[in-house]
Order: sequence, then C-alpha cells, then structure tokens
Amino acid sequence: MTTTQIPPSPGRRVAAPAPAAPPSKPHRRPRYLREQLSGWAMIAPAAALLLLFVFLPAILGFGLAFTNARLVSPRPVEFVGADNFVRLFTDPTFWRALLNVSYFAVVVVPVQSGLALAMALLINKKFRGVNFFRTLYFLPVVTSMVVVSLLWLFMYRKDGLINEFLSAASFGLIDGPDWLNDPATSMPAIIILSIWQAAGFHMIIWLAGLQSISGELYEAAQLDGASRWHQFRYVTWPGLRHTRTLILVTITIQALGLFDQVSVMTQGGPLDSTTTIIFEAVRSGFKQQETSYASAISLVFFVLVLLISAVQRYLTREKD
Amino acid sequence: MNKRFTRILATSIAAAALVGSLGACSKGSSSSSSDGPKEITMWTHAAGNPEELAATQAIVDSYNKSSGAKAQIKVQAFPQESYNDSVVGAASAGKLPCIVDIDGPNVPNWAWAKYLAPLKLSADLSKNLPSTVAKWQGETYAVGYGDVALSMFARKSDLAAAGVRVATIEKPWTKDEFQDALTKLKALGKWDYPLDMGTAGTGEWLPYAYSPFLQSFGGDLINREDYQSADGALNGDKAVEWAKWFRGLADQGFMATKSGKDSTQDFLNNKSGLLYTGSWAGDKARAALGDELVVMPSVDLGNGPKIGGASWQWGVTSGCNNMDAAMDYLSYSLKPENVASVIKATGGIPATNEAAALIPAFAEGGANRIFMEFSRHYAVLRPETPAYPFIATEYGKAVQDILAGADPKTALDKAVKAIDANIKSNGGYKN
Repeated sequence: MTTTQIPPSPGRRVAAPAPAAPPSKPHRRPRYLREQLSGWAMIAPAAALLLLFVFLPAILGFGLAFTNARLVSPRPVEFVGADNFVRLFTDPTFWRALLNVSYFAVVVVPVQSGLALAMALLINKKFRGVNFFRTLYFLPVVTSMVVVSLLWLFMYRKDGLINEFLSAASFGLIDGPDWLNDPATSMPAIIILSIWQAAGFHMIIWLAGLQSISGELYEAAQLDGASRWHQFRYVTWPGLRHTRTLILVTITIQALGLFDQVSVMTQGGPLDSTTTIIFEAVRSGFKQQETSYASAISLVFFVLVLLISAVQRYLTREKD
Repeated sequence: MNKRFTRILATSIAAAALVGSLGACSKGSSSSSSDGPKEITMWTHAAGNPEELAATQAIVDSYNKSSGAKAQIKVQAFPQESYNDSVVGAASAGKLPCIVDIDGPNVPNWAWAKYLAPLKLSADLSKNLPSTVAKWQGETYAVGYGDVALSMFARKSDLAAAGVRVATIEKPWTKDEFQDALTKLKALGKWDYPLDMGTAGTGEWLPYAYSPFLQSFGGDLINREDYQSADGALNGDKAVEWAKWFRGLADQGFMATKSGKDSTQDFLNNKSGLLYTGSWAGDKARAALGDELVVMPSVDLGNGPKIGGASWQWGVTSGCNNMDAAMDYLSYSLKPENVASVIKATGGIPATNEAAALIPAFAEGGANRIFMEFSRHYAVLRPETPAYPFIATEYGKAVQDILAGADPKTALDKAVKAIDANIKSNGGYKN
C-alpha cells in the first residue's frame, strides 16, 4: 500500500497561487504568458474529456427532461414543458425512493466514516504485519460491488450463511429473517453490506489525513501528560479537519447514488422498500424506454446533490 | 540497391493492401449496387448458450458454403441480458445488422419503431405453430424455429403417496383440485414448500409465467379489442381474484415468496414437490428422474389452462442493405433439418411437424410430444402491441409487490394507471 506512505505535506502552500511578480522589467510578461499557456495546455485534455463526457450529456439530459423523448419510438420528440416533473412529484414511488435514499445516507454517513476512522486509527501504527491488515481492510474496496452483492445475496438468504451463523451462535434460538425479502430488513441488509464494502476506501483517506499530522504535536502532548483520549481530542481530531470535510462530502454523494446493490439484489423490492432515485431513473430510462422521464428524475437528483453538498460545504467552511 | 528495392516493394505492398481494404470497405457499405454487399451480419442473444450458438453457426456455415448463397452471413453473439439494450443502442446509432433475433413479444414494439422490415420469405409459414409467427398490423415481422411451453413437473411417487391424481390434457387440474393437491402434498411434510413457481425470477419471466394464470381467471394484461387501455382487464374483479389466489399460495405455505435461484435444480434436489417451469427444463429433469417424472399441464383456473406463447424469433431490419440475401438466408434456415438441429440444442418445441418428425422426442409418442400439445392447446400470445415492453415491466412489478404483501387492488390499479398513461403519451401507439 504505497498510497498510505504519504509524507507529511507542508500545508496548503502548493495550491496557493504563484506570488505575483512585481512588474518591474518588461521582459517578464512573455514568460508569464507562456506559463499561462502551458497551464491551459495541461488542463486541456482533462477539460475536453469532462466537457464531452460529463457536461455535454448533462446539458442534453436537462433538455430531454422537458420533452417526451423515448428510447424506442418512431414519433418525433416534442416539448412538453413540466409534464414529466408533475408526474414525478405525484408518483408515490419517487417519494419512497427519496425516503429510502435519505434513510440510507443518514445511517451510512456517520457509521461508515466512524468505522473507517476507527480502522485507520488501528492501522496507523508501526508494527510487524501492518501492511497485511491494511490490505485486508482495503480488500472489499477493490472487489466490484456487483460481485460483492452476488456473494452477499447468497449469505442473506433464508438458509444462507448469516442465518445459519445466527442460529448456531444462539443454539437454535434465533431464526433469522429472510433478509432481502422482508420490507423491514431489506434496507438494513443493504446498508450493512454497503458499509462493509466501502469503509476501506475512506479508511485510506483518513489514514492519509492522520499521517499528515506532525508527530511533534503528539510528542508535545505526551510531554504535557495528555492521555490517549486527550491526544485524540485535541491533536488528532482538529488535525483531521480538511479530511473530515472531504470524507463527509464524498460519502454523502456516494450514498445518494445508491444503485448497484439494489439492482443486483432486490430490484427495488420488496414493496419499494429498497428502491432509490438512480434505480428509478434506470428503470424508467432503459426498461420502460421513457428517456425523458428518466432525464427528469436525473435532473431532480442533480439539484438535490448540489443542494446537499452546498449546505455541507457551508456548514464545514473555515470559520475564521 | 537491393535494400532500396526491398523498401519500395514493402511500401507498395502496404499501399496495395490499404487500397484493397478501403475498396472492400466501400464495397461493404455501398447500398446502391444491385446485388448488395457480399457479407451481412446477424446478431443473436445466444452467447451464453454454447449449444444453441453452435447449432445456429452450423446453419450459417452450411448456407455460406451452399451454391445459392446470396451473401456470406457473419454471426455476432451477445449475452441475453444485454442483447435488447445492444439492439436499441445500435438502432439509435443507425448501425443495426441485417438479421436480428427478437424475443417474440417485443416484435410489435420494434416493428412500430421501424427497426424491422416485413418478411418476404420463400418458405411456407402456414403450417408453423401460430405462436412462432409474429404478426403486427397484418404483416409478418418475425419467425421462430420453435416455441416453449409452461408445465407442471412432479414425481410419480410423491403424487401417489399424497393420493393426488395425475393431471392430463383431457382433464387438467381445476382450481379446487390444485388447492387439494397442494394441501395433501404439504401434509406429506417432505419439503419446506410443496410448490415452486420460480418466484425469484425477474424480468420477462414474471409476465411470461404469471400472466397465463391471470388469463385463466378471465383477466388479461390489456383490453385486446383496441389495445388502448388496461382498465378492467388488469384491475377488474377477475384480476383481483387472481392476485388474491396467487398471494394465497404463499400465505398458506404452499410456495416461497422468493424461491431459490435455480428452481429446476431445487426440484431435482427434492426441495419441492411440484415445479412450475418451461419445457426447456424437460430434458434435464427426465435425465435425472427417468420414469419418475410426470409432466402435467398448467392449472385450469376457470377458463382452461393457459400458457405464454412466442419465444425467440428472427427478423430482418429495415435498414438492411441486402434485404434479398437476408430473406434468402432466413428461408433457407427454416428447412426442417435446420429447425430440428437448433431445437435439439435449445430444448424448445419445433415450429413444424416436419421438424418434429426429425426429433425422436417430439415425434408421435415421444417424451416431449406433450409440450407440443400444450403449446397447441393453451398458448396465448402476450398482447401484440408496441406497448408490451412497458406493460411487462409494470405487470412484473405488480406481481412482485403482490407477493411481498401489497394490497392486490391497489397494486393492480397502480399498474393500470401507469400503462394507460404510457399508451396515451405515445399517441395510442398508432403510427
């Protein structure tokens, strides 16, 4: 895990703009221009790809949301105004999807980031075999979510591994539920699987944050006789400020985009208990051929993510 | 000197090759030439089924070698799950191949979208099983080598032990007899659930497997007079009765609301007493159980047993630039021996009697002959309307919700509302 060996970075200086040189000599301008040019040249490939594959489809999608476009149809596309949105907001399944996604995010964001932090603290030590544990914790992340979902599908069955384990551990007292086929347990089951799969990824980010905290601070704290808890409370936690913001925003966005697990394991059922906004968009767009309606769902999703991220950015802003 | 000569030679060879391949390209894409391109492409969904793919490839090879071949056919295989998406994607990009295979109920949708051209075959389709010829608005758009049939499998010994009569085509089980049979089978205590209806299935399985029950009750997916509304058909009294009956099977502990992934295997492993499945599982079950296996018709829930009709079929796309060759190949492929070889590989029901005669299992008295009878007697085509793909998803969701405990009337009303809105927003699917 070479990624974890990040040396303590010297703060944010790298990202700061180059200090404006005093315009004393006229021959400095061309050089400034050349730097500008090479800057643009470096951005260009990424910017072009972003434009082509992210912005352009997004704009097209926004446009389609106000038409009656279909995936398969000989009829010309017509402008229908806000029809798709009216239909969307009167569809109980959409509201259920919104509720499910909120439920998922509200549980996953704190639990997953907390678990990831605990794991990062555990392996942020120097002892023999630490790389083994780092790899072990990171392993689920490199496994495709589809594969993970297929495996857990078997584990969650009525006579699957988890219920067998529960039964054996309780000497036959606990008769586990049919996890994915019971509206009461389907979403929690997906939440557990999702946290397990993705926690390793955020552990790595926490670890990078932890390693950027200067060791001298800990030495000083130890000299002052600070307990382990106090070291965490007054050195580690404030030192992780930027990492925290990053993780909060990325986990939230990932949680809102819940799709793979649902598509593989439950198809939104039973009784819409696991359906999500993205799943509804894919279902409408591809299975039901209603491109425009799917675009409308995507547009609403986009605005939602934008709003939530903006609120989070505002709440976690630098307050000085 | 020698070196220079070699270089010139190499360059000219490269140039010639380039020009040659460009020439081939332009020949391949020109549509104005009278006899069309010499190579046309055919897509199939059979990538996940090596036997079926090999059988299809063998027909193509023999056509390509035959003296009357009007073009060389090139086969491209896709996995079934992504096949429809590939066709739709290719159609919107204007890159459809000449010949495609299509799941029967989707034919009207693709014909309406102008993906398909009406077939003009030299082969005679009048003797085909009706469900193997896909028509829409009076024209034939696709033809299949065969069909499949839904049926009930059981072990002879289990039925005897429970004191349940073997259902036959002359005398299928009625609703009450079915209830009685399940009660008696359950009382044997051999299985967690005596019945396996494949309730873990998704996608097209849901309407294919369960809408025949709805039809046997007297309901339907849509009003078939004009295909403009599902109101009354899918949410009427008969439909609600069907939904309650279906959910009741689970409530009484006769079947799981979500069965195992592989129903056939579960049945063979003695995890269920009665299996509701398709003819494709017949050979496997017979190989495992031999004479113990009984194949019975589906249940008569009031209007006689019903099963879904139409399986995968072949069509020619409207943008094909060598229509003549595509039609010629399809006609050629419909020869009885060709049909028989594919049917043997897929475990289907041959489309014609001539083909059936070539397969011992389907000849008179053969073990699989009974599936042919089912198909002839009970097959109901899924509604022949371009709205079908949409109806299928809504009905599938309603089935899953009803199994999960939703109120039948509410779930069906919701599906009807969505279907009617979809038909209306597509201008009634009239061109």
